[in-house]
Amino acid sequence: MTAVLVILAGFTLAAAAVAFALRPLVHSALCLVLAWAGVATFYLWAGAEFLAFAQILVYVGAISMVVLFAVLLTRRPAGGEASATADAARRVAGGVAVAALVAGVLGRAVLAAPSAPAPAAPPALGVRQLGLELAGGHAAALLAAGALLTVALVGAVVIASGDAGRRGEDPP
Amino acid sequence: MNPLTLCLLFSGALFAVGLAGALCRGNAILVLLGIELMLNAANLNFIAFWRYGPSGAGAAGPVFVLFALAVAAAEAAVGLALVIAVYRHQRNVRVAEAVRLKG
Repeated sequence: MTAVLVILAGFTLAAAAVAFALRPLVHSALCLVLAWAGVATFYLWAGAEFLAFAQILVYVGAISMVVLFAVLLTRRPAGGEASATADAARRVAGGVAVAALVAGVLGRAVLAAPSAPAPAAPPALGVRQLGLELAGGHAAALLAAGALLTVALVGAVVIASGDAGRRGEDPP
Repeated sequence: MNPLTLCLLFSGALFAVGLAGALCRGNAILVLLGIELMLNAANLNFIAFWRYGPSGAGAAGPVFVLFALAVAAAEAAVGLALVIAVYRHQRNVRVAEAVRLKG
């Protein structure tokens, strides 16, 4: 049981790290899809099957497609990358140092906490129970989430197709 | 080792990888993806405490993760639309060079 978790964590972390280390943007996005699939497998392992499928649908299905479209639509002309390598190296060093600091603090806090005994039986949560929970106690939040998604969708369309009204102007 | 501890270490490491990616890469799309990875790491904590927490809290953990998924989807859509809008004005998506909001 624990060995599966260790393998899963190693796979997910390796996919995420490789994604941010790779140069081509499309490769980074595809590696991140692997990392998200690893997180979905973790949900499956922990017994939250519905969340695993929701994660697959939302991240592996939808967000990866949007990201790939954004990568292809914002492709730079060749030869723009070579400038300011010293600045980039300094930023990488700073970013890795900050992330290592955060990881150290989090790991220390987790290891120093008293360990509670695991419950004997894992909590069972079927789709029916989750649906009753959502439509019963969390109905207002569900409506708010739906409104948020609608507003975000309309806003994204408006932002991305912004200057349809001033097509005659020259780009700056 | 305790499975809960392992889950929390996994989530902390994933958060750190996402943070490093968001801070190191200059491309706005990769910064956004790093933030998404950090959101995923936070979701792992909800599931870990729901599964291994001391008291059964009903379905609070999965319900919270479901709402976080919805917010993450909205954030990705709006963020990538903003990236495309910035690209249309400046012809690149490097965060270091996007220094003005006016189009």
